[in-house]
Amino acid sequence: MGRYRGLFPYALAAGLIILLAVFAPYLAPMDPYAQDLSLALRPPDSVNLLGTDRYGRDVLSRVIVGSQITICSSLLLLVATTVFGSVVGALCGLRGGRLDTIVMRLSDVFLAFPEMVFAIAAASVIGGGIAGAAMALILISWPKYARLARGLVLTIRSMPYLEAARMSGSSDREILFDHVLGNIAGPILVTAALNLGTIIMELAGLSFLGLGAMPPAAEWGAMMSNGRSMIQTAPWVILAPGMAIFVSVAVFNMLGDKLRDVFDPK
Amino acid sequence: MALLELHDIVKSFQKDGKPVRVLDNVTVSVEEGKCLGLVGQSGCGKSTLARIASRLTEADGGKILFDGSDITELKGNGLRHVYDGLQMIFQQPESSFNPRRLLGWSISEPLRRHGVSEGDCRERTAQLLREVGLDTDYAERYPHEVSGGECQRAAIARALALNPKLLICDEITSALDVTIQREITALIRSLIEKGMTCIFITHDLALLNDVADSVAVMEKGKIVEAGSTVDITSHPKSSAARELLEAALFEEGFEG
Repeated sequence: MGRYRGLFPYALAAGLIILLAVFAPYLAPMDPYAQDLSLALRPPDSVNLLGTDRYGRDVLSRVIVGSQITICSSLLLLVATTVFGSVVGALCGLRGGRLDTIVMRLSDVFLAFPEMVFAIAAASVIGGGIAGAAMALILISWPKYARLARGLVLTIRSMPYLEAARMSGSSDREILFDHVLGNIAGPILVTAALNLGTIIMELAGLSFLGLGAMPPAAEWGAMMSNGRSMIQTAPWVILAPGMAIFVSVAVFNMLGDKLRDVFDPK
Repeated sequence: MALLELHDIVKSFQKDGKPVRVLDNVTVSVEEGKCLGLVGQSGCGKSTLARIASRLTEADGGKILFDGSDITELKGNGLRHVYDGLQMIFQQPESSFNPRRLLGWSISEPLRRHGVSEGDCRERTAQLLREVGLDTDYAERYPHEVSGGECQRAAIARALALNPKLLICDEITSALDVTIQREITALIRSLIEKGMTCIFITHDLALLNDVADSVAVMEKGKIVEAGSTVDITSHPKSSAARELLEAALFEEGFEG
């Protein structure tokens, strides 16, 4: 139980962030989209705890509601990428042959480009909006899971229990789901947890560049982009979503580190 | 009538970019209800031959006949159907079970894959465990929670789940201590006496006295001598058989 102890605070913090994201509309003190130009760029006070933006919208409410787009999209993205990449990689490792060669060469192509540059290019081609940004990130992220899963499968592929399962009459699909995925899940989960912070940053980064969430959506990257011209006159507009990204990424990265300690105590 | 026939089996592996022949036109067969002992030093190709016979490894040439049918090229459902009658037990008992599954789950896996209901699976698993001399509560244990001998018994139970005609035992006693080796060979012998056909692979020629009806001696990928167990253990002709017999007698001397 000792090695789980260090995990608890980070799991709790990550859980709170996810709960905040899920219940954001009920937790925001004000309407995050209600504009009132007479209240524009008010510094933090007792009414607007994190101040207002150039349209008089409450920054705290926008940061809270923004967590729903950023965190929930990142989580969904992570699940989609991890599941897709892992299943493809595990199948390649199990089957080998032409499927393995084609998929691995394809993944080499994706891995040959710097991640963010490729994501920007892909998001531009696919089109704007958070869905386009998510698609671009799936496109650049799946190969690392496929490679990891394939490598893990290759280490267990010659284990007699897989051969015994085959002789028991199990199909490739049954072997994959009943024997392989459970035995390679640990390292993949750790990689996914460590990658969540990166995905949050990349998604926010694409929105910051205008390739993700579109105005007036309350998304952290887009909020930072809107506030960048006011960094000297109204720094709270950019600092609030920036801190939200920083805290979330830090919490999920530390959770990933602790998960790695739990799954790989060496 | 021969249950399994291997004709002119050829197999090469790549080593440093060059093909190394590990099986050189091996022809061997096992009669129904009998036990063939396959013996030879490490690296002589016996395990490769067993894996080719069970279609876990593809041969480069030759023909495999099981129960009168050519199974050399079978794949998919056809091969799955062959495994109803042909099972293999592996050398390392613990690694032949999924470490994340209970022994009971693994033993009943062949039954589940053949559509047996959950209740019947439990009942049959308990029966199989009793047959191999284990308590039924072993179904609720993980592979790392039992000894090597118990794990190998559980592996035998799984192999018996579908009532196969042929058991291929690939050095199933080599990871076990001498007392447990005798118990496992006695268990295999009792199965043969009930009509099971068996290929028993070992490098311990003395062990075959307890279990095999006939013996084929392998050396450098070839069968160099074949005959009844009594003939080969009492009057070995080939140098390979003589060396194996001397080694076995030497070990027995130490064991007293």
